[in-house]
Amino acid sequence: MTKIYGIAGEAVHLRVNGQDYVLHVAPIQTLAEVIRSELGLMGTKIGCGMGNCGACTVWLDGKPVYACLTLALDAIGHAVTTVEGLAEGELSALQQAFLQEDALQCGYCTSGQVMTLAAFLAENPQPDPLAIRHAMAGNLCRCGTYPKIVRAGLRAAGLLDEERVSKS
Amino acid sequence: MAKLIKTRVEVEGQVSEEWALVERPKTIPWDIEQELNVVGKPMPRVDGMARVTGAAHYPSDLRLPGMLHASILRSPHAHARVLRVDTSRAEKLPGVRAVLSRNNAPGKPWRRNCPLFDEVVRYVGDEVAAVAADNPGIAQQACRLIEVVYEPLPFVLDPEQALKPGAPEVHAGGNLLDGEPTEYTRGDTAAALQAAEVVVEGVFETPTQLHNSLETHGSVVEWEGESLTIYDSTGNVHGVRDRMADWLGLPKNRVRVISDYMGGSFGSKNNAGKYTVIAALLARQAGRPVRLFLRRNEENLATGNRAATRQYLKIGASKEGALQAIQLRSYIAVGAYTGWGASVSGPVQEMYACPNVHTLEYSASTHTGPPSAFRAPGYVEGMFALEVLMDELAETLGLDPLELRIRNYAREAPGSHLPYSSNGLLDAYQEGARAIGWEKRQASPRGDGAIYRGIGMASQVWGGSGGPPSYADIKIHPDGTATIITGTQDIGTGTKTILTQIAAEELGLPVKSFEIEIGDTQWGLYSTPSWGSMTAASMGPAVREAAADARKKLLRLAASYLHTAAYRLTIQDGIVRGVKRGKPVEKPLAEILDELDNIMIVGHGSRNPNPTDVAINTFGAQFAEVEVDADTGEVRVLKIAASHDCGRILNPLTASSQIEGGIIQGLGYALMEQRLVDPQTGAVINANLEGYRVPTMLDVPEIEIRMIDRADRAINNLGAKGLGEPPIIPTAPAIVNAVHNALGVRLHTIPLTRDRVLQALDPS
Repeated sequence: MTKIYGIAGEAVHLRVNGQDYVLHVAPIQTLAEVIRSELGLMGTKIGCGMGNCGACTVWLDGKPVYACLTLALDAIGHAVTTVEGLAEGELSALQQAFLQEDALQCGYCTSGQVMTLAAFLAENPQPDPLAIRHAMAGNLCRCGTYPKIVRAGLRAAGLLDEERVSKS
Repeated sequence: MAKLIKTRVEVEGQVSEEWALVERPKTIPWDIEQELNVVGKPMPRVDGMARVTGAAHYPSDLRLPGMLHASILRSPHAHARVLRVDTSRAEKLPGVRAVLSRNNAPGKPWRRNCPLFDEVVRYVGDEVAAVAADNPGIAQQACRLIEVVYEPLPFVLDPEQALKPGAPEVHAGGNLLDGEPTEYTRGDTAAALQAAEVVVEGVFETPTQLHNSLETHGSVVEWEGESLTIYDSTGNVHGVRDRMADWLGLPKNRVRVISDYMGGSFGSKNNAGKYTVIAALLARQAGRPVRLFLRRNEENLATGNRAATRQYLKIGASKEGALQAIQLRSYIAVGAYTGWGASVSGPVQEMYACPNVHTLEYSASTHTGPPSAFRAPGYVEGMFALEVLMDELAETLGLDPLELRIRNYAREAPGSHLPYSSNGLLDAYQEGARAIGWEKRQASPRGDGAIYRGIGMASQVWGGSGGPPSYADIKIHPDGTATIITGTQDIGTGTKTILTQIAAEELGLPVKSFEIEIGDTQWGLYSTPSWGSMTAASMGPAVREAAADARKKLLRLAASYLHTAAYRLTIQDGIVRGVKRGKPVEKPLAEILDELDNIMIVGHGSRNPNPTDVAINTFGAQFAEVEVDADTGEVRVLKIAASHDCGRILNPLTASSQIEGGIIQGLGYALMEQRLVDPQTGAVINANLEGYRVPTMLDVPEIEIRMIDRADRAINNLGAKGLGEPPIIPTAPAIVNAVHNALGVRLHTIPLTRDRVLQALDPS
């Protein structure tokens, strides 16, 4: 017997940032929409809605996914983590590094960048810059923070060579 | 005592006059040798925490109670008469709360004498109708139910074609903006070209570049009786407020525009958008707040662009490389619904000491989306043509390209002959050349198998003086903390941070005791829009003046409290220190204020006028090293060395972010970005981030920045010039010149896609 969820069927249970939610969602709704509209967690942004920019990156069981290409129903039974769930009250080492290295400008892509990079660093605690760049290739930044995102990743991993970027 | 003055405002190459209220200055520029405490230090952003935790709310994040979602119906035709618009089926769809079309929208002109929804549509994406509904899905579905009968008409996409007799007219009266080209002359260019020992020429083509800020354009709009609140993703809250008040017939104090955090602009969010007035009309009709944010494809159709150009450029010089004449005839495809095209003639007029210059500029309407400013509008386009042809001139003369630039260095502003307030160009050349290793550049192509390497460079000139009017207040609270109150914007540049640094430096209070308000027309004071690299050089000095005013008042207050004279006291790190009857005295400001109950100190400051006897410009140079695969046509930029003179650097951390950001956008312009329009239908083929390629993390080269960090004491109390736009100007020509150095072939059209590179290598 096919289980029917959504407004025609049962409420769904979603676990987001360690919290349990009971929601009625339409089958067509993406995880990005539900995170924002139903749960009010606005840190996850929608830049394109079709998997071309990475601004909506969240974790599904700790692995980065594009929330705009994930149906809310596909998150049932999985742990969803958004940028709001990254740090418990205080900033994670990576978020601190973003601030110190100025790896953000307008900030709209920043949540997605942080989520992708944090997941990468968890698997690769001693990365080289090229590996970081490959891992981050799916997160666009129009302001051009890319060089500083690499520095932030290296800093968070304790690998930053204190060479000055800017000279007078 | 404030004085009313008329001041000359120069923004994006356009000069106008504006009234401003200015106070007698309380500050003088800091000494060049003076070590400052906070200004000039690499301080992290004061509002970074909110952005890095997802706590910052952008206008597109706003959810108001009862809010509706709106969607716009757009024309599928590049040019058509709209014979009939029938919204009846849309109105009946459950969940639809308001519908707007030419049947019920006010007919008042919005742009170029055309109403919101005209009888003619003029580009694929042109607005035809709009719906507000309970959710975005219903709104979009309702749009599909609106029946429109179009009569397609012939259209024109190319600017030169648009000016030929018989070309389809975009607007009545012809496609040439102002009915005539814009002309600039100095000297006698025709004669000088005739007489020149060497003449080089070329035809250069640049693409339409799309901003694609990560946050799309849009507003959330709410009426409260006859008062209107607009949450807009904008870089110009006062401009939006004024335009909306004017169009809707409302007094200015009943329209409030708010834009605190916002997701990027690059010039596309300089003015009120049609989506804002559409949202306001829908909200009024429905009696509920309305959210109208564009989707990514709409962003690529209807929100502005850097216009495509075709430039016919000729340079005449002596055998020694002294420029004698430059002649530029340019065609700019400005799109529909605009009376403005960014002039591309600035670089040719301003960059070098050339006595004879003639520029003739044709801005042509075309059946494509309307333009907007895009980071250094016109100068990016014009510098590409100029600097690529300058390299060819160097080659023809057998001169080193950098040497050719240096030989034509302008010691004073070429047109006006005014002395520069400061000019670090020669130092920028030197620093950039050193950083890239210019001496290892080979004069002719050198390859290793199919891989060729090359080094190239390009110069930069831009405005960046800032100017009045801009105003700021600083409130000191009874606990010694302070709030800086401005009406300025932060489009990603770090405005709040540099203004806080300036206030902290002048007031002598620690940085952490400041809060700063921006982006609200209600609580803030008029500020320059965040365009033209204006913000730091306009708001910064006003904030410093406000801090000086507050400081003066605080010292007088402290002097009364301590029973000594104000001139015997200073404030540093929040502590009042000085001398009283020969003995040192010291007390934290917070303690003094705490004992004085509810006293409030407010300092006010305004931006004073710029000196008129100097030319205020920013200068710079970028050097690129590239690697080209002659088999695939792929260009890889290995390194960019950038050196710019933007006066005093207020914060090297945020400044380097601007430089890197500009370089990366310039790289995109050189190698991969172009709006592609189908010639058969006029439709934009790549209206998304998959087809319109913006640089990714893997496209970024090594970037070395060597700023000429030198205060310009002649211009304002900070000694700072603007820096948002300089870094995008020389990047593309530096890269193209490097590719030419690598391959030895002429490249006059960008972006340098693989097919273009391969075509240049093998024209058969």
